Amino acid sequence: MDAPVQQFILSDAALDPSALRAALHDGRCGGYVAFEGWVRDYNEGRRVLRLEYEAFIPLALREGERILQQARERFGVEHVRCAHRTGMLAVGELAVWVGVSAPHRGEAFDACRFVIDHIKHTVPIWKKEYYQDGDSGWINCEQCAAAPAHAEYHSHPHRS
Amino acid sequence: MSDPLLYGLVLAGGRSRRMQRDKAMLPYAGEPQLERALRLLAAEVARAFVSISAEQRADPQRARYECIVDLTPDLGPIGGIQAALTAHPECAWLILACDLPFLDASTLRHLIERRARGRIATAYRSRHDGQPEPLCAIYEPASRAPLEAAIASGRLCPRALLSQQDVELLDLLEPLALENVNTGAEYGAAVSALGRDPPPTRHLRVRYFALLREQAGRGSEELETQARTPRELYEQLCSLRGLTLGPQFLRVAINEEFGDWLTPLDEGDTVAFLPPVAGG
Repeated sequence: MDAPVQQFILSDAALDPSALRAALHDGRCGGYVAFEGWVRDYNEGRRVLRLEYEAFIPLALREGERILQQARERFGVEHVRCAHRTGMLAVGELAVWVGVSAPHRGEAFDACRFVIDHIKHTVPIWKKEYYQDGDSGWINCEQCAAAPAHAEYHSHPHRS
Repeated sequence: MSDPLLYGLVLAGGRSRRMQRDKAMLPYAGEPQLERALRLLAAEVARAFVSISAEQRADPQRARYECIVDLTPDLGPIGGIQAALTAHPECAWLILACDLPFLDASTLRHLIERRARGRIATAYRSRHDGQPEPLCAIYEPASRAPLEAAIASGRLCPRALLSQQDVELLDLLEPLALENVNTGAEYGAAVSALGRDPPPTRHLRVRYFALLREQAGRGSEELETQARTPRELYEQLCSLRGLTLGPQFLRVAINEEFGDWLTPLDEGDTVAFLPPVAGG
């Protein structure tokens, strides 16, 4: 079955899981798995007040779709969707949602896990934490900025 | 064999018929071009040689260098390449014409960085006809068999040889880098161009995200730059904007697609440097 366009969504407004879930209903599917990522109030021992997500939108959309397509091919699931927030989020808000429907639960669990793990690693989305002590920082960036720069340039082959 | 050592050879065995004087000794900015070519080459390869014909053995200008003498007279450039591949068949050879006054170190480095060891050769694509430029190219040890076969059947054009083989073709970072000089008029034009024209600039747009956006104090900017690759551009921006993220942590995007540090940039390109991501 052809996947409808735009199954990976970026939104600067609150996500609505029930609306997202509705698109995954399918008579062939007996299993539905969803993952919700919420804003947590602490990280690495620091009290977090809110989060900010920033995305390189066109590339993030393309890369997100690529990961969903990989999940469909790899696990043979019928439907995979993902929605990710951008902008400022309060503690407890829904930051990312992944939903999968499939004939059986096993591949739905596997595909869901695959998607959230890969979204974290390659989609150009950045997260900034604002702490209770007034400090703030970009996750995964601040330690790198403090590290001495090596004249090392990693080549990443073009993807077609 | 998987990683043969890279040697270099400057071709200076020609008779300079059209120039009517020894091309290898033509000075640019006071430096004879043979000397200049060897200086550039020697900095990038394990050993650098000069290719000569048998009658040039006694020439004091050439005898100062390690020489490789043609095995067969009057084959032209392909005879020099043959002699090099025969002298050290275990090595790959960066073959370089001596009459390339616009050649610079970054053109040689780019060729070496992009060298495709599994292919017959790595060469630049001619900006005139799209064919491989055979006289600023890396010939792998596997190129020896097709080269000998071409010579045996009288096909002496190295460009034709490479265009029929499995060759890695690269785009030039500097479009004029391999323009050569064969006549007195071309020589005069090259000398004045080298003295006068500044390197060409490109108009580029840069996008910054997350920590880099904050360090640069802007989400994007447009600039005129001589940078030819994202790597040169990032080095420039680090000092211009005080960016502290080392390039080893970043990915590059060109025109909203993942790209590469060494991709030649075109006029009007949009380049983004992507800090480590943290979605989810």
